[in-house]
Amino acid sequence: MSKEIQHRTKLEIAKSPEGLEGPGFFATSLDQAVGLARKNSLWPLPFATSCCGIEFMATMASHYDLGRFGAERLSFSPRQADLLMVMGTISKKMGPILRQVYEQMAEPRWVLSVGACASSGGIFDTYSVLQGIDRIIPVDVYVPGCPPRPEQIIDGILKIQELVQNESSRRRNSEEYTKMLNSYGIE
Amino acid sequence: MSKEELLNNISEALKSKFHGDIERIEMQYDFPVFTVNKEKIHEIISFLHSDPELNFHFLTDLTGIQTPDEKHLGVVYHLHNMPKNWRIRLKTFMPMTHPEVSTISDIYSGANWMERETFDFFGIRFIGHPNLKRILNMDEMDYFPMRKEYPLEDQAREDKSDKMFGR
Repeated sequence: MSKEIQHRTKLEIAKSPEGLEGPGFFATSLDQAVGLARKNSLWPLPFATSCCGIEFMATMASHYDLGRFGAERLSFSPRQADLLMVMGTISKKMGPILRQVYEQMAEPRWVLSVGACASSGGIFDTYSVLQGIDRIIPVDVYVPGCPPRPEQIIDGILKIQELVQNESSRRRNSEEYTKMLNSYGIE
Repeated sequence: MSKEELLNNISEALKSKFHGDIERIEMQYDFPVFTVNKEKIHEIISFLHSDPELNFHFLTDLTGIQTPDEKHLGVVYHLHNMPKNWRIRLKTFMPMTHPEVSTISDIYSGANWMERETFDFFGIRFIGHPNLKRILNMDEMDYFPMRKEYPLEDQAREDKSDKMFGR
């Protein structure tokens, strides 16, 4: 006897932000409305170089289905992407290329570092491997694991979504942000 | 032809032409190995390549080596005669202070990238090479990572220090 499949019937949709409500109108702050829209329509750019990339493929496929979180559409052009997902070992020779990809992305942009290698160099403590991508580009969320399971990658995406939703629309124009980028030698 | 016959054949052919430049002849793990004078390496390989009897027309591999006393660098050549399935190995050594050897990329075109790799990792300069620059490592690298005097690990690593383990 095969197990009966349980379908989830109670579906949740994105909740509207806090605001003033009345017959025929709804008023909220622009930050919250934009945050809600951005959060649920991320366009990730996968920068997959090794086994974490394989886990990412599983994450995108039907079983785990990242599309459920609005990140259905992968952007293979950095100019249209919001989220740079770095998955795998980045060698020192690859470093400038990753940085170029990051610089080509338009603001606002976020970076998710998936796996031990991208986050710290992992087991590759050697002359040819970059010891963590945060040495060349700023990282928003780190996902630990070697490689992490698809659930962990999804968790990382949800953390990114939290950041996206709560980000002030002025952050990217602030002095602190420019200073932070300058500390990586960008612009 | 057995391995021993091959070793004897080649050493006779080499000795008759390059007597005194063949420093050592031995069978290492069932493989004929000839250690030769660095100055004559181009001539010897050229002879092995073009002699119609020997006909070592294929360069299987070329790589570098450093002796454990850190005083000498070496280059190892693996040659192959495919019609007769003869394989031999040639070695040549040079002092660390003067790591230069003649290129063989004019004999085997395949040696071009192998010599670049050997230069990249051991810093052995191949005189006469058409384009001797790094091939695998980044161009900005300022040392030769396979040499024993340099550490294998990346010195920028922070998460392995004792304070991360409460020591």
